[in-house]
Amino acid sequence: MNFPILSSIVFLPLLGGLIVLLIPKNNVRLIRVTAGVFTFASFLLSSLLLVKFNFSNTAMQFSERLSWIPAINIWYHLGVDGISLGLLFLTTLLSFLACIASFGIDNRQKEYFFLYLLLSTGMLGVFVALDLFLFYVFWEVVLVPMYFLIGIWGGPRKEYAAIKFFIYTLAGSLFMLLGILALYFASPQKTFNILELAANSSTFTLGFQILVFIAFYLGFAVKVPVFPFHTWLPDAHVEAPTPISVLLAGVLLKMGGYGFLRISFPILKGAAHYFAFFFAVMGAINIVYGAYVAMAQTDFKKMIAYSSVSHMGFVMLGLASFTLTGFNGALLQMFNHGIIAGSLFLLVGVLYDRAHTRDLDKFGGLGAKVPVYAGLLSVFSFASLGLPGLAGFVSEFMSLLGGFYSFKLITVISVLGLIITAGYFIYMLQRVLLGPLNEKWKDMADINKRELFTLTPLLIIVVLIGIYPLLALKYQMPALKTLIEQLGGKLF
Amino acid sequence: MNSTESLIYIIPELLLFTFSLLVLALGALYKNRNILGVVSLSAVGLAALFLFKSHSAPGPLFFNLLSRDSFSQYFCGLTLLCAFVVILISMGYRLLSERYPAEYYFLILNAAAAIMLLVSSNNLLMVYVSLEMLSLTSCILISFLRGDIFASESALKYFIFGAFSSAIMLFGISYAYGIFGTTDLSQISRLLSVGSLNNYAVFTALVFILAGFAFKCSLVPFHMWAPDVYQGAPTPITAFISVAPKIAGFALLLRVFLNSFASLTLHWSGLFTLISILTMTAGNLIAVSQTNIKRMLAYSSIAHAGYILIGLAVGTPLGIRAAVFYIFSYLYMNLGAFACIVLISNSIKSDNIEDYAGCYKREPFSAFFLAMFLLSLAGIPPLAGFLAKFLVFAAAIQAKFVLLAVIAAINSAIALYYYAKVIKYIYLSEPQIKEAVPTPLPLQLALLITLSGIFIIGLYPHPFLRWITALHF
Repeated sequence: MNFPILSSIVFLPLLGGLIVLLIPKNNVRLIRVTAGVFTFASFLLSSLLLVKFNFSNTAMQFSERLSWIPAINIWYHLGVDGISLGLLFLTTLLSFLACIASFGIDNRQKEYFFLYLLLSTGMLGVFVALDLFLFYVFWEVVLVPMYFLIGIWGGPRKEYAAIKFFIYTLAGSLFMLLGILALYFASPQKTFNILELAANSSTFTLGFQILVFIAFYLGFAVKVPVFPFHTWLPDAHVEAPTPISVLLAGVLLKMGGYGFLRISFPILKGAAHYFAFFFAVMGAINIVYGAYVAMAQTDFKKMIAYSSVSHMGFVMLGLASFTLTGFNGALLQMFNHGIIAGSLFLLVGVLYDRAHTRDLDKFGGLGAKVPVYAGLLSVFSFASLGLPGLAGFVSEFMSLLGGFYSFKLITVISVLGLIITAGYFIYMLQRVLLGPLNEKWKDMADINKRELFTLTPLLIIVVLIGIYPLLALKYQMPALKTLIEQLGGKLF
Repeated sequence: MNSTESLIYIIPELLLFTFSLLVLALGALYKNRNILGVVSLSAVGLAALFLFKSHSAPGPLFFNLLSRDSFSQYFCGLTLLCAFVVILISMGYRLLSERYPAEYYFLILNAAAAIMLLVSSNNLLMVYVSLEMLSLTSCILISFLRGDIFASESALKYFIFGAFSSAIMLFGISYAYGIFGTTDLSQISRLLSVGSLNNYAVFTALVFILAGFAFKCSLVPFHMWAPDVYQGAPTPITAFISVAPKIAGFALLLRVFLNSFASLTLHWSGLFTLISILTMTAGNLIAVSQTNIKRMLAYSSIAHAGYILIGLAVGTPLGIRAAVFYIFSYLYMNLGAFACIVLISNSIKSDNIEDYAGCYKREPFSAFFLAMFLLSLAGIPPLAGFLAKFLVFAAAIQAKFVLLAVIAAINSAIALYYYAKVIKYIYLSEPQIKEAVPTPLPLQLALLITLSGIFIIGLYPHPFLRWITALHF
């Protein structure tokens, strides 16, 4: 058997976490270094995957398969294809960078880094698991550390936010569990294998597919989050400490969209078509509603949280289109949003560390005071509002293009969201960076090296994908093309 | 098989009886509870050794009164495991140090023996006799802190409720005798398979018999005793009461309803579904508002009884296996949780959830262990409680009891709230600084057994599932 590279990527953080548990809690430096090293190792291995990935092969690569619970045909089955590779890379990258950003955590570091590393393992596992049972286990493993990370190190309303997040997602995923079981018993060979189930898609009746689709939808829509299941998100984002907000926006929200692409659509093809219009409508609601609510916010983090709701609407719209362009846009949008929203949360954290407030109205004129910070904030804001030449534009454009092919009116409405998005981002930049300097901040220090270190790789990716999108698209295109063909969508 | 030939198959029970008398005698000489505890532990260990060394009996024992098949062997094993852990917990419980340790262990050993006879019963009269033996021993154990007003109240409640439900059951048994002319379960099964009996009459008898079992399993509407008894009893006994009678009750439900009365499945499947829904919903909803952790776990254990009953309501082979597996996992996580409560109450001298604030700082290990057990009870993977719930849900979905599965799923989400509430106090609230007291070795051992149990069952359930699949009546 070859070197189990995927298992290593997934379980290296957990190994690091167990080592952290053995380090005395006063040795904060060693704890931080251990966490950094293990997340970095995991990141390096996933970069290796990018190099060794075979573009012409649309099947699963680097597969690992071991029998786990033979009594009910459960396997430890991992693998990546073009759909999961980008998100896996994104997760390892953000895990590493947010780990560096976590060095600022100043109490209970040992517990923090243990939970943080456990969280990383859970998130990574979700993107490589090919057995529904295993997928569910990783999916749920994410919840517990997240609950603690928000609940212990969060802001003033942390306990409320943590329990709300926990119960919302668990309630959703319990329905998903029922869906998983329904698929198992309906499949002719009684399997949890995602690939085998997808191959047997035609044996499921449409009525059954619709029911199961709804069950999965409840699990995934809470994570995406799709209106009206989004209300946990602003609370969790606002209360979570900065690095956790980064992972929430950057990775956790992608788990829902990934679930649609990996499970709902391939396995429940008929139901996917049945719900296409519904997806488009929900996408448009997310885009426009999220943008409007974001505009009304005075809390910086809350504004970005709602902008996430809006941006995830493009994923829904792209998926609804059933075109190759739309699917490409949706998947790339997930990746791009992970990078951009992650960076924006890091930037809010930078500001909050210095000012101890996130009230947008309390700033002003910082542009001259902290020029490097101002530059970065502007670039990432432009990326987020979809300025051509930066990553966000490419994926949003592709989603809209795909959407327009299938649902013209809904897409026209969705485009309105882009204008509002531009509005609230520029309004934010104006309130924070321009105008007269608020005397309170006259001693504010510019961004420091550690913060710059976490933002630079993200900046490079945003620019690279913006200029040369094929860099990312070539990974995902073949797999999505196969999926579209199986779904009977348009290869447009 | 006649009595003399049968004796070798009940060596485990005989060992427990003998050792319980030995403990009483030793109690006159030694007042040290640890010596008596170790003697009791070795009794349980020896019994387990004999239980698993001997093969299951070829046929019914004692003129068809008992049957030591692989099914009863399994449940006897669970009972012994439960007794073992409870004795370990008792050895570390602060309030028991000077109070009649010999009598205490004597009663636990006898209660365990009663359960072993109960799960092996093949005759309704034998069921009744051993059920009463279990009730009496439990009742004394519950009132063991006799100066305490809650203890007296709970013992009285347990006794009256128990007597009430036993009386109903006895009526059911006499009714069954009237129909079948026998109380032998295998003969009843044979008569039923022939047919020509009035199904409604049989069903009526069964409903009455169900009352006695429902009391032991704390199923709605026979659950009312649980919260008060859980609160008033000494915590190790609460742990015992929350697990052992449930083992017995569910084993009997499985044997009587799914084996002997299997031909009436259609009749009681609906009844079980209804009771299951009521039990888990009532348990979970009331648990949410509890402020005492023992009361909260009482309602949570009612809810878990509801989940287990799903497997019986479904009645398929997978359903039975799921219920049997659930009981196994439930044993570890519930006993573990109570062991943690004993440990924490040793230092904070309170069972109020609010007093658990900041517990992680004072007692990092017991705080972590309790969090794990609660998460397992909440059904979070990869712990044992998740797999148990998974199998129960699977059984429901397979048999197309979709509504039942959906209600169970909603209930699980509600349950998370109150488990997480305790975890919130432990980890998220500010600590009230108090001195931690040292952890007694037996308690550490109990925690070790239960914690490794929930992890091993959760991560590598294969051997256990294989064992359970091989069980037969």
